[in-house]
Amino acid sequence: MLRMQPFQLERPTTVADAARLLTELGENTMVVAGGTDALPNIKHELFTPKHVVSLADVEELRGISIEDDGTVVLGAMTTVDAVSKHAEILARVPALAQACGLIAGPQLRRMGTIGGNVLLDTRCQWYNQTYFWRKALGFCLKKDGSKCHVVESGSKCVAAASNDSAPVLMTLGAELVIFSHTGGERRVKLEDFWRADGIFNKKIQGHEILTSIRIPAPAEGHRGAYGKLRDRGAIDYPLLGVAVRLDLDGAGVVADADVVLIALQARPVRIKKAPDLLRGQQPGTEAFEAALADLAAAAYKQCHPMPNIPGDHDYRREMVPVFVRRTVEAAANNSGPVHHV
Amino acid sequence: MAARDQHGPDAPWPDPATPEKNKFQVVGRAQRKIDGLDKATGRAVYTDDIQLPGMLHAKILRSPHAHARIVKIDASKALALDGVHAVITGADLPIKYGVIPWTPDENALALDKVRFIGDEVAAVAATSEEVANKATRLIEVEYELLDAFMDPVEALATKSPQIHETPKNPERGNVSKHVELEFGDVSAALEASDVTLAQDFRFHGTTHAPIEPHCAVAQVSPDGVLTLWSATQITHYVHRALARVLEKPASQIRVIQPALGGAFGGKSDPFALEFCVALLAERTGRPVKMLWTREEVFYAHRGRHPMQMHYHTGISKDGKLQAVDAKILIDGGSYSSFGLVTTYYSGQLLTGPYDFPNYRFNSTRVFTNKPPCGPKRGHGSVQPRFAFEVQLDELAEKIGMDPIELRRKNWQGADTKTVNGQRITSNGFHECLALVETASAWQERRGKLPHGRGLGVAGSMYISGTNYPVYPNDMPQAGIFLKADRSGLVTAFSGANDIGQGSSSVVRTIVAEELGLDPLDVRVVAADTDLCPVDLGAYSSRVTFMVGNATIDAARKLRKMVVGVVAKTWEINPRRVFMGSGEVFDLENRGQKISTREAFHLAETELDTLGTTGAYNTPKLGGDYRGGTIGASPAYSFTAHVVEVTVCTETGRITADNCWIAHDCGRALNPMLVAGQMEGSAYMGLAEANLEDHDVNRFGLHAGPSLLDYRIPTAVDTPELHALIVESLDPEGPYGAKEAGEGPLHPALPAISNAVYDAVGIRLRELPFTPGKVLSLLREKAEREASSTPQEVH
Repeated sequence: MLRMQPFQLERPTTVADAARLLTELGENTMVVAGGTDALPNIKHELFTPKHVVSLADVEELRGISIEDDGTVVLGAMTTVDAVSKHAEILARVPALAQACGLIAGPQLRRMGTIGGNVLLDTRCQWYNQTYFWRKALGFCLKKDGSKCHVVESGSKCVAAASNDSAPVLMTLGAELVIFSHTGGERRVKLEDFWRADGIFNKKIQGHEILTSIRIPAPAEGHRGAYGKLRDRGAIDYPLLGVAVRLDLDGAGVVADADVVLIALQARPVRIKKAPDLLRGQQPGTEAFEAALADLAAAAYKQCHPMPNIPGDHDYRREMVPVFVRRTVEAAANNSGPVHHV
Repeated sequence: MAARDQHGPDAPWPDPATPEKNKFQVVGRAQRKIDGLDKATGRAVYTDDIQLPGMLHAKILRSPHAHARIVKIDASKALALDGVHAVITGADLPIKYGVIPWTPDENALALDKVRFIGDEVAAVAATSEEVANKATRLIEVEYELLDAFMDPVEALATKSPQIHETPKNPERGNVSKHVELEFGDVSAALEASDVTLAQDFRFHGTTHAPIEPHCAVAQVSPDGVLTLWSATQITHYVHRALARVLEKPASQIRVIQPALGGAFGGKSDPFALEFCVALLAERTGRPVKMLWTREEVFYAHRGRHPMQMHYHTGISKDGKLQAVDAKILIDGGSYSSFGLVTTYYSGQLLTGPYDFPNYRFNSTRVFTNKPPCGPKRGHGSVQPRFAFEVQLDELAEKIGMDPIELRRKNWQGADTKTVNGQRITSNGFHECLALVETASAWQERRGKLPHGRGLGVAGSMYISGTNYPVYPNDMPQAGIFLKADRSGLVTAFSGANDIGQGSSSVVRTIVAEELGLDPLDVRVVAADTDLCPVDLGAYSSRVTFMVGNATIDAARKLRKMVVGVVAKTWEINPRRVFMGSGEVFDLENRGQKISTREAFHLAETELDTLGTTGAYNTPKLGGDYRGGTIGASPAYSFTAHVVEVTVCTETGRITADNCWIAHDCGRALNPMLVAGQMEGSAYMGLAEANLEDHDVNRFGLHAGPSLLDYRIPTAVDTPELHALIVESLDPEGPYGAKEAGEGPLHPALPAISNAVYDAVGIRLRELPFTPGKVLSLLREKAEREASSTPQEVH
């Protein structure tokens, strides 16, 4: 068995203690939530923390609540399994339940947390490997090396954001609540949270803790769906993920729309033309289908999957218009998720 | 073949009072596996569960280069690390070995050069795995890099550098093995055929991925006896290889296989860890364990060979096969392993269930700088079978014949000889075809389902062991000891390796049948070279057939002893004495009875301590030519599959919905185990067709040596599997039984390809069937049709 690397484990029980520890322990400290991604990464020596602060015992970070104005608040340590099955989530923001229900497999969903998924490290076939493997390769830009093997002579890491929940939360206008010992609480819109850098694609610092995710009340006629392409019907990270939000007005016409894709590059990709193409269209009509075809074509034009994650990137690109179209249709029909099993 | 080796297919001791159908007492009934509860409840002791006082942990330093000469190794820093007890390198184990005695080209640790990324270079024993890991990184190795070959075509074309140097014959280049055999006059027959097809096929390479990684523990007693516990499927060959490499008398070595978590051929070779823990235990005087990581299991590999195959087949208009001409390039990876056999099997095992009068094959295995290939379930024959069965489908279409009908028409029948001189005894293929045809509603549905859905058929044949014993000898291939205890218990000592396939359960079933015992009154001690007679191991689907016959032999001897003493005591003819349901009674006076336990007491009183031995050896088999015994089996199993698929023309995804598996296993000794093997085999074949890919990238690195990236289907990716057992009753199998563990894998791959053709009209001739490939073939087809339409108009 691949051995765990040694570290000092801290198990605070409050957010305040956890944040204080992160500040005190300083560099070489890592936060671990469910551990389903962090622990394999430590085994692979992608991270070699001296201290690990586990949030497993911080009860105040767990749970889902609905505020009076309809804002949905997800405690960062709520498991993705719990999110996927929660009645209010299913009713209010179905795409999020769908995406969380398609993360990994049942056992991992019961360990993995929504906060952990939002903060998931980017993935790449040249990176998510053991130390021996990466050393034999000569390492890569993202970790321990200076060369990119995805884009030869590339100077920027293009590891792929691979978190199923992130594109959905972006379509929902979610906001992250982040706490630190020194700075107290701050809030950031998820769409402003990303950096186009595969080495570290998030605007959060080592001493900060993501405490909750706030989803504003969806519009009256909200529809949503998530589509996921992967080889197997379980376990696998996305080869492509598509999140769709459609807001229908009283007449059933699209008032607003948002389409965000994942597993392409370092940050989630918003299909720019989606609102313009879909607004004013009524699902079920030929005009809607035509607009959808235009949207699928626009997505194909905008998205250029690279050979960063395993699998055939040309095929992933071919699937962009297919999954965009199918997921928008699924949102319109309330028939998500789009997944092969 | 001695008389002891044939026992007939019938119930051995029918009670005249029971109805005809129930002549067997235990055989033919679903029996719980002997180790089922232990494994299900977590009590089974696997090699890694063994903890011995003072035990050290060992790890291996592996090569980061695909091909390089070792200039210098300096282990001084590793040795200086606190907690390190010993470091060994190639120089400490200089004797080469190989599972096939003619091709010993492996060293436990690289002696002069490394041949793939992951090749073993040095081993460290330390107080913990962590310390051992740390120490391996302190070993300094200086390499001189050599050109590496990833492509077998390039390796074949380039004579230098040689991956394995042959100074006496440098012209050999990187050829590992070449076999060319011709039966009949192939060129003339192809010339004379009404219809011929010549096509290329490609198999990509897959691995076994057993859930338990390789693990070994060694301990040396004060008087020098080495005990090795290892997750191996061939205890006997490990025993022999240890004696050779360690230069130690085999009598001073004991090899034990604890509970095993799957093998599928991947634990057939002797592996570096077995030699390393043995030597490290000798050097340190402490027990030493080595457990490989999942990544290391991928480097150990010995998985299915990638093959580039060209088949040229001729057929008459009325559907009779005339000739088959095959040319195969086999990518062997970096060592020989079973490669000599693989190269023969790639041709020798194609000659059933169909009869064709002319056959030629030309197979070349080449070395490349990749993890070594070896035997995987359906060794050497899954790849050619895929190519041939797809080509048969295309030939059927060409002559306008139903694919099942074509296969039926060319069926070789029972009690015949193949074109390459193999003896066929029982043959239930005809019935297999009929069963899958009916179960799948083939006649009503094939070619008539909506676009995107289809049915495909394929057939196959496989061996039940072979009379080629790996190292030449005339001793039995399988042996059994039986001990009858005063408690009423019978213990069977079996050399066979139970790797989950159920070999110890088979032994229990047979002993219980022969002695009229409750199966729970039979225990089996297996795969311990000190305690058990030699068996050649769990490979080539030989165990049920050979060990089963040896068990019958031993059990009948024991029965004869017990029955003889009881008859003498009761002063009746021994034929009247019946053993059944744990009792011994007089058939003509059923009130006269004693328990089996009491009968054992009588027998022991009269004859002294009760025990017998049994053995099996194959008859003389095989064609009278070099290599003619390779693939010669005392009995062949036969399989037919029909697979139903749905193909999404937009995503290219193939979904197997149903797989009907009809398999002729002779007699199903335990139908539950047979069905399990059939389902597991079909599952594995479907996995290799649609998902699994043992891919080595442009740097010579395994593309994804983990269970996340090497994609094995999960439960939700698995179709409905329908096991349909056919019992042809083989004249020489134990009660007529043949193999069931490997044959049922073969047809899955071509049947999917053929079903995809029925569904959407494209021919998949290259594995794996990725959605991208499907889409590209669909596009080609659309373009072809678009460009041919105007021509039809004019």
